[in-house]
Amino acid sequence: MISQGARPGLLRPGVTHVERRAPVMQRNVIGLPPKGTTILKLSNVSKNFGAVSALSDIELEVKAGEVVALVGDNGAGKSTLIKVLAGVHRPSSGRIEFCGQEVSLDSPSRALELGIATVFQDLALCENLDVVANLFLGHEISPWNLDEVAMEVRAWTLLRELAARIPSVREPIASLSGGQRQTVAIARSLLLDPKIIMLDEPTAALGVAQTAEVLNLIERVRERGLGVIIISHNMEDVRAVADRIVVLRLGKNNGVFSPDASSHELVAAITGATENAVSRRIGRKSGEQAATGGSHA
Amino acid sequence: MSTDMSPNSKPTSLALDRSDERVSHADGIGGTIRAFISRVRSGDLGMLPVAIGLIVISTVFSILNPIFLAPNNLVNLLFDCATVGIISLGIVCVLILGEIDLSVGSMSGLASAIIGVLWVNFGISLPLAIGAALVTGAAVGALYAMLYNRLGMPSFVATLAGLLALLGMQLYILGPTGSINLPYASPLVRFGQILVMPDWLSYLLALVPGAVLIAAGLVIRKRRQAVNLSSQPLSSLVVKAAVLTLVLEAAVYYLNMGRGVPWMFGLFVALVVILNYALTKTQWGRSMFAVGGNREAARRSGINVRRIYMSAFMLCSTLAALGGTLSAARLASSSQQAGTGDVNLNAIAAAVIGGTSLFGGRGSAYSALLGIIVIQAISNGLTLLNLSSSLRYMITGAVLAIAVIVDSLARRSRVSHGRA
Ligand SMILES: Nc1ncnc2c1ncn2[C@@H]1O[C@H](COP(=O)(O)OP(=O)(O)OP(=O)(O)O)[C@@H](O)[C@H]1O
Ligand SMILES: [Mg+2]
Repeated sequence: MISQGARPGLLRPGVTHVERRAPVMQRNVIGLPPKGTTILKLSNVSKNFGAVSALSDIELEVKAGEVVALVGDNGAGKSTLIKVLAGVHRPSSGRIEFCGQEVSLDSPSRALELGIATVFQDLALCENLDVVANLFLGHEISPWNLDEVAMEVRAWTLLRELAARIPSVREPIASLSGGQRQTVAIARSLLLDPKIIMLDEPTAALGVAQTAEVLNLIERVRERGLGVIIISHNMEDVRAVADRIVVLRLGKNNGVFSPDASSHELVAAITGATENAVSRRIGRKSGEQAATGGSHA
Repeated sequence: MSTDMSPNSKPTSLALDRSDERVSHADGIGGTIRAFISRVRSGDLGMLPVAIGLIVISTVFSILNPIFLAPNNLVNLLFDCATVGIISLGIVCVLILGEIDLSVGSMSGLASAIIGVLWVNFGISLPLAIGAALVTGAAVGALYAMLYNRLGMPSFVATLAGLLALLGMQLYILGPTGSINLPYASPLVRFGQILVMPDWLSYLLALVPGAVLIAAGLVIRKRRQAVNLSSQPLSSLVVKAAVLTLVLEAAVYYLNMGRGVPWMFGLFVALVVILNYALTKTQWGRSMFAVGGNREAARRSGINVRRIYMSAFMLCSTLAALGGTLSAARLASSSQQAGTGDVNLNAIAAAVIGGTSLFGGRGSAYSALLGIIVIQAISNGLTLLNLSSSLRYMITGAVLAIAVIVDSLARRSRVSHGRA
């Protein structure tokens, strides 16, 4: 439970102080929940960095077998929300339920243990270690006598699944390109059989084939009944895979859309105005095209 | 979707890790040598500085004074290596994290004082006295880690304060006499001054590394081939093991022309081997390098970063205490001078010369072994030349500076070659 520095007014009425002192400490023993049941539920989650309130009263729900896209402008608080769920930041207040139980995500290892895997925007890889070491970091096979062969085989299998173009898994991460690193980070998130996986702009640096593979992968993962949260600025990708689009604006919820909502609606929710730079630009473009007689695809 | 391969599909005839045509692979002995050269070019120097250093040092000193290469002088050299080398081994642990412990010299002095006072003055049994010294070391390390983890105190500052505080404690418990002589006939002093392995045992032990290299190499080869991964060519494995065995047997033969291989040096090498295993083959070691490379990434992978810092600082101080115990044995005394002077810097310099980076995330247990041989060879050679300690300090200082410069340049080269 998230109670650090909580203002009582922000806690839900049902939350008693007794519950607050007894966080759920049970291990990750339950298998995947059936599709359609709620895996993750956030209510009134807020996060302040000093005077900046990066998140205020966020509500979010993710079901098993569902892809939720999180969109918003730069600085909207998407990454902060992901980091709260990954146990990197502790929320200032609010309530997080995982598989129906209130949990306190007070460290990254706690989140991983519950089955919350994350691909961070900054990837969080160790540049001095090789690909295999990064993939298995913190979860090595046979900790007292590392099984490098088994780890290497598993690494190649995972990377092939992602159509990765990685020349050698025994080179340090420092020698990989941005997209290759991103692939490694994505592969790592799949390694621990998570229940929910969160991808913070996973395709930002990827090539055409790799982006398609990641989108395919998201669909496969959804089929398996995992919950997925994906952050992306690419509306096309978002619409292609998302079941629901959640818009954040200035750290607050700003509407939930279905993937077939019009682009105009989405942009309006993201930027907070119907009249904005994007709509003006689109208007101008189509105006020009009409003038030159071209047709818009 | 370029390579449409499902995870379980049979890989092509190419080994799993050889399917990218852009990577050149080192096959055969020639390939191994070429790979080594390109590694060095990219700033991954490995043992090269040590090898060059040792050749230069032994040539210069043996020209100036032929005694330098005499078997018994080398045996003495190994006795001296063991004490500071063990301290340096602890330094390797904290350097891998990108931290430093400047108080290892004082810690070793304090440990030697504890042994002297408890064992000689209070008549407590030797194992208990040594135990007390080691526990003190562990406690000091735990304190540094706590200051770092809880208060965010940089290890540089905490251990600098520790340097003074521990020295003060050493002077305090030694009291006004300032020096305690340890009994010459005691096992501890004999261990530190006299005891050497029987010849047959030293020859036998010198076979072990090569044998292990071959055995482990063959096992790994078989396992890798079984899962269709490329494996080291048999020829280079055999050549490596043969060269290693030959060099070791020759060294042992030469030392046995003198007094033989000191047991104390054997203990040091055993500790190096254990730490090397821990750093390269266990989850703890992997976590050490991860924390040293990118602390936040390590934390996000679920590593308990605080516990890693705790283990490294405790190990470092405990090894410093053990080194202090052995140097008391070596000198047959606990004195106010123990652990002062150049002990600190020699221990740090040895680790850096051996190839452990001051910037964190890179290093190996062997760097303590190789580095300390270089450092002690210089110090031993200068002593043979009867140089004053003023000159010796200046020269050791210059060697440390060169080692750090090499480290920085190598790091710069690694960054530009994508091997940071
Ligand atoms: N560690 C931090 N300390 C202080 N402020 C922070 C920190 N992390 C994020 N913020 C602030 O929180 C706000 C939200 O940042 P966040 O990284 O979540 O944005 P984002 O939605 O992911 O944006 P982008 O699309 O650019 O990735 C920003 O105003 C940022 O300045
Ligand atoms: Mg972000």
